[in-house]
Amino acid sequence: MNILNVFRVSYRSLGRNKLRSFLTMLGIIIGVAAVIAMLAIGQGASNAVKQQIAGLGTNVVIVFPFASTQGNVRFQAGETSRLTESDAVAIAAQCPAVKYVTPVVRVVTQIIAGTQNWRTSVMGAYPDFEQIRNWPVQSGSYFTQSDERTAAKVCILGQTVADNLFGTGSIPLGATVQIRNLPFRVVGILASKGQSAMGQDNDDIVIAPFSTVQQKLAGTIYANMLFASAISPQAVNTAVDEITQFLRIKHNLRSWQANDFTVRTQTEIASTADATTQTMTLLLASVAAISLIVGGIGIMNIMLVSVTERTREIGIRMAVGARGGDVLTQFLIEALTLSLVGGLIGVILGVLTSRFVSNIQKWPVVIAPQSVGLAFLFAAVIGIFFGWYPARKAANLNPIEALRYE
Amino acid sequence: MADPIISVKHLVKIYRMGDVEVHALRGINLDINRGEFAAIMGASGSGKSTFMNIIGCLDTPTSGEYLLDGVEVAKLDRDELAKLRNKKLGFVFQAFNLLPRTTALENVELPLLYSNNHSSSQRRERAMAALEAVGLAERAGHYSNQLSGGQQQRVAIARSLVNDPVVILADEPTGNLDTRTSVEVIEIFQKLNEKGITVVLVTHEPDIAQFSGRNIVFRDGKVSKIIEVENRKIAAEELPKIPLPMDELES
Repeated sequence: MNILNVFRVSYRSLGRNKLRSFLTMLGIIIGVAAVIAMLAIGQGASNAVKQQIAGLGTNVVIVFPFASTQGNVRFQAGETSRLTESDAVAIAAQCPAVKYVTPVVRVVTQIIAGTQNWRTSVMGAYPDFEQIRNWPVQSGSYFTQSDERTAAKVCILGQTVADNLFGTGSIPLGATVQIRNLPFRVVGILASKGQSAMGQDNDDIVIAPFSTVQQKLAGTIYANMLFASAISPQAVNTAVDEITQFLRIKHNLRSWQANDFTVRTQTEIASTADATTQTMTLLLASVAAISLIVGGIGIMNIMLVSVTERTREIGIRMAVGARGGDVLTQFLIEALTLSLVGGLIGVILGVLTSRFVSNIQKWPVVIAPQSVGLAFLFAAVIGIFFGWYPARKAANLNPIEALRYE
Repeated sequence: MADPIISVKHLVKIYRMGDVEVHALRGINLDINRGEFAAIMGASGSGKSTFMNIIGCLDTPTSGEYLLDGVEVAKLDRDELAKLRNKKLGFVFQAFNLLPRTTALENVELPLLYSNNHSSSQRRERAMAALEAVGLAERAGHYSNQLSGGQQQRVAIARSLVNDPVVILADEPTGNLDTRTSVEVIEIFQKLNEKGITVVLVTHEPDIAQFSGRNIVFRDGKVSKIIEVENRKIAAEELPKIPLPMDELES
């Protein structure tokens, strides 16, 4: 019996039981669709997190003041700052792997514009902040080096701040805002960055020259942290080493003393976030995979019932000359067809579901071709695996008993 | 000159049901000649069905020899038996055994699907020819459950002859049919027999056996007697004598 005829026989049998064929496929359809949708949603979330982290600026190295000990009392990171503007300037001069450095000082305060006011965080930094954090303005411009030198009262507003003070979508260039009773001229509006990976609003921020914020708002000689950028992504680790060694010398630390600062890189933060989303994706995918296996068991179940129900049919086929192998192939092809067609419908349904989720939930969804291929392949393997036993059972029937079967 | 197409010698079949041995056939010696119309008769349990299964290559004997058209069957394996059933034998069963939810034409095509070298148009052609031979060409597209018992049996006969078998084996083909339809079905067998196909018929109805050329009576797993039928009945001549069902109701 040639293979074309086997297919013909199998499809006729499936066609004779359309409803049952469809219900059998449903398990595989749902399983495959779930795997694809779950992987797509997980992958989308993972990409979104990566993107947001990359949005913080590539090559970024952050230096936090570390716990210092004063009279046997340990302070938490950031509590007592030992980082100064001079550290930043010196790092820029002494560390070859570092391209830009800026000290950062932050003040959380009320900002007033006309009749509106808004509480936000005012960040003081060098204009290099734009390059380090990869954060340009959408209109206007950054303040300049001369603004920095003269501690000019100029600022750049984040989108959220501008929206709240001047109305949604407004571009209040040249307007004046009151920060702690000091008038600041708005020179630029930051490009929107949306939410951070931790769920904070990145755009709820005001940026002003470091000298201005330090002297006129914070009144401190220290910086809250330093932002630096390496000359290339590959140079990040070198930059970390250089900064660490240089700061130890500059802070006069002995070899037995611990660092009084912490150097963090974007990759560390990114890998943590990545691990989290990967765990989530894996969890979703394994739940979906279980449903796929359940679908496969459904196929076996139906095929077994089908073999019993069609015992007489198998007997007739054998009486007119079907060999055991023909019957085996027929049932195997039926199982395989169910799982492959189910897989195909599942792929389509999975893609549609992913699209639907991305449209409704505004959730970024990435349908990886590998996950589609994998789910489809898995469906095929399940078809063969769970189809084999019933097919074997059918092929080994004794034709006389099969013919007598009621 | 005898030309046996089926030749069995010392054919024995023993079934084991647990500890009990059932001697279904106790040494059958029998030749059935090419072109013969033989009827196998006997009470139930006489071994005639077991004999049919063995000569139909559905079962193998415990011991003994069986030559079908010159082929030694007893030593063949499952696949070779299947091939033999496909090429040389045609089966007609009491319960028709058509595939459900399948058209008459597809049912008749079935044996051709299991033998190679037929294009789908050839299959169709041969299946149609077989349906024409049993006078059911116009019902080709009907599903098996849309046909009457007699029509179903004719489709089954068409299926049995579609692959040009040398022998047609019919196991109580008229058992589920009324008298008139039975004779109609026998008429087809007689026509096929005239064309040279050997027909072996199992029946327990003496009336039906009278249409055959030779009655072989089984008893307790042995051939008890062989009767050459004199005054063999011809179905085509008998049919007009049988009243139609409507006539019976009116009279």
